[in-house]
Amino acid sequence: MKKLLLLAVLASFLILPGCSKKKEEETKAPEAAPAATAAPAGKEIRAAFVYVGPVGDGGWTFAHDLGRQMMAKLPYVKDVTFIESVPEGAESTRIITSLAQKGYNLIFTTSFGYMDPTIEVASKFPDVVFMHCSGYKTAENVGTYFGRIYQPRYLSGMVAGKMTKTNVIGYVAAFPIPEVIRGINAFTLGVRSVNPKAVVKVVWTQTWFDPGKERDAAESLLDVKADVITMHQDTPAPLQAAEKRGAFAIGYNSDMSSQIPGAWLTAPVWNWGTLYEEIAKEVHEGTWKSGKIWYGLEHNLVDLAPMSKLVPADVQELVNAKKAELASGKDEIFTGPIKDNTGKVVVEAGKSLTDDEKLSMNFLVEGVQGTIPK
Amino acid sequence: MIRFEKRKDASKLFTAVAPFMSVIFALVTAAVIMLFAGINPIAAYAGMIKESLGSFYGVSETLVKSTPLILTGLGVSIAFRMKIWNIGADGQLYMGAMGASYVALYSGLTGFTGIAAMFAAAAVTGGLWAGVSGFLKAKANVNEIIVTLLMNYIAIAWVSYLVYGPWKDPNGFNFPLTPRFSPDLVLSTFFNTRLHTGFIIALALVAFVYIFMEKTVWGYEIKVIGNNPKAAKYAGISIDRKIIGVMFLSGALAGIAGFGEVAGVQGRLQEGISHGYGYTAIIVAWLAGRSAIGVLVVSVIMAVILVGGDSLQILMQLPVAFVNLFQGLILFFILASDFFIHNRPVIIRSGK
Repeated sequence: MKKLLLLAVLASFLILPGCSKKKEEETKAPEAAPAATAAPAGKEIRAAFVYVGPVGDGGWTFAHDLGRQMMAKLPYVKDVTFIESVPEGAESTRIITSLAQKGYNLIFTTSFGYMDPTIEVASKFPDVVFMHCSGYKTAENVGTYFGRIYQPRYLSGMVAGKMTKTNVIGYVAAFPIPEVIRGINAFTLGVRSVNPKAVVKVVWTQTWFDPGKERDAAESLLDVKADVITMHQDTPAPLQAAEKRGAFAIGYNSDMSSQIPGAWLTAPVWNWGTLYEEIAKEVHEGTWKSGKIWYGLEHNLVDLAPMSKLVPADVQELVNAKKAELASGKDEIFTGPIKDNTGKVVVEAGKSLTDDEKLSMNFLVEGVQGTIPK
Repeated sequence: MIRFEKRKDASKLFTAVAPFMSVIFALVTAAVIMLFAGINPIAAYAGMIKESLGSFYGVSETLVKSTPLILTGLGVSIAFRMKIWNIGADGQLYMGAMGASYVALYSGLTGFTGIAAMFAAAAVTGGLWAGVSGFLKAKANVNEIIVTLLMNYIAIAWVSYLVYGPWKDPNGFNFPLTPRFSPDLVLSTFFNTRLHTGFIIALALVAFVYIFMEKTVWGYEIKVIGNNPKAAKYAGISIDRKIIGVMFLSGALAGIAGFGEVAGVQGRLQEGISHGYGYTAIIVAWLAGRSAIGVLVVSVIMAVILVGGDSLQILMQLPVAFVNLFQGLILFFILASDFFIHNRPVIIRSGK
């Protein structure tokens, strides 16, 4: 009797996978069909997004997901899936491969750490278009895209410079990579353009998504009299810390004014939707080509969130005027003379950094108190 | 009222089917939750099996994922056989990865010699790391659970220090990664998949551990100590040396898992090389009844669940929290079954 039961259990284990295997063959057929019978009118899009955080992070991933939802509404976009909290590095290789194998023909990988895995997987799937956000490696079927978020960072710096009373501004920063450094520098240049006495203190958290660590970093800045807190993180934790202690908060990624009503000033924000629609359209029409997209305010890929009531009207006017200037294409944020925070001239008067120099920036400008960890 | 009574003899049948039953219980419970979320559980499970076993590639990924589980599972189970609780396989894995990476980045060795040196360095660093707690246990009777557990955090922090600091790739835009290993120091892969020689090494070590435990005097003595330390002492077995030796071996196996991850999968050292493998190894060892062959089988089953979990997100759009919940449920039922193997519920009618 006992033996029979054992056999029955074991048998059910052998049969179970068998059953489901049959099932999967049935489902396989319709999946493969669209690719084979792609109408000449244009390619049907099946897109997938690989996210580094959860879609509910209220920050970086949340902003990308808003864009995904916009793109999903296009008539020729049949299916847009996503997979969240994917660790950077080798783990992502498996997930990106799995997406390509399932017939997704447009794959967005939305964090720097997916760069090598994206390139690696793309070489095995030449018919799939890959778009990697924030990296520098491209291939025939891999394009990169990013935005000049440093432009609205500069504008938010102007707001911070006008609002600070202690002349100490706290900046909670993730990793000391060029993207983050560029943001700190643009912000600080914005601060100093309206308030040359103010300093920006930087704390590195070495994480994109760790509310606890980010909150602690903000606390430590508030302890040294920072009265405006901004950040380059994926969660609102530093801003919540600022609100609790009666300081002002400048966000990042998306408009969180309703979450932090008592402290919110503004934020550099991303509008990925328009770009995602544009890319999907190109792939649909067959005009897509690998390239490096780096749009700014002029394309509305980046923007400054509406300034809150806490920001006086004259400051809003000043910032909006500068914004109009940047949006018109007159971007002289990284035009000399610019000194680094050891006093060395890094951009001579009359010269401007090229895009490549901006993308590999590895110095902190005068006014930043902090160092790039070596 | 229900009371639990210790079973005199754990039922052999129940012991054999308990792991399978706990997986079934977990599947059923997760299915109920899926129904509440408006998802067809049969389709979800079919998707998981398809993802992990439904294609050549899926199988290869499942085996890649099982490799560190086999190695850490072996290490943990050897110690468990002697009733030494090594909770530190994760940290030992990190230290092994560090040892292998040091050789790859700084020794100048190349080719087969280089790989062999990486392997040896990983085994030695992992083994020494675990050996510390073995030494403390043997010489001062310090609780090895606490020591191994806490040394995990030290190992992870140490690797973080290296990749953020002295070992950081100078051309890596300040990202916390070491340079890539030169191609001849990366384990070769099979059939255009990511399945690497580390898996073969893991299989060989399964055989090695099996023979070591079942056919050698050392293995016999370890089992005697585990079953009855007093008897072992009377029989003249030197327990202290065994504790240190077993801990070293246990850590060496976990260290080799670290070698497999950096040399076979990542091709460099970075943070997060272990996705909790050293902790999953504890469940693997338990579920496998501490036997080497069992570790192999259970590791593959766990890998199916881990790899298949991806499809829950991709196809069903279940949040990542659900995937974690699902894996947690399985572990929960496994632990519960272990309790019921050794205890049985007795219904007591009161008032009579």
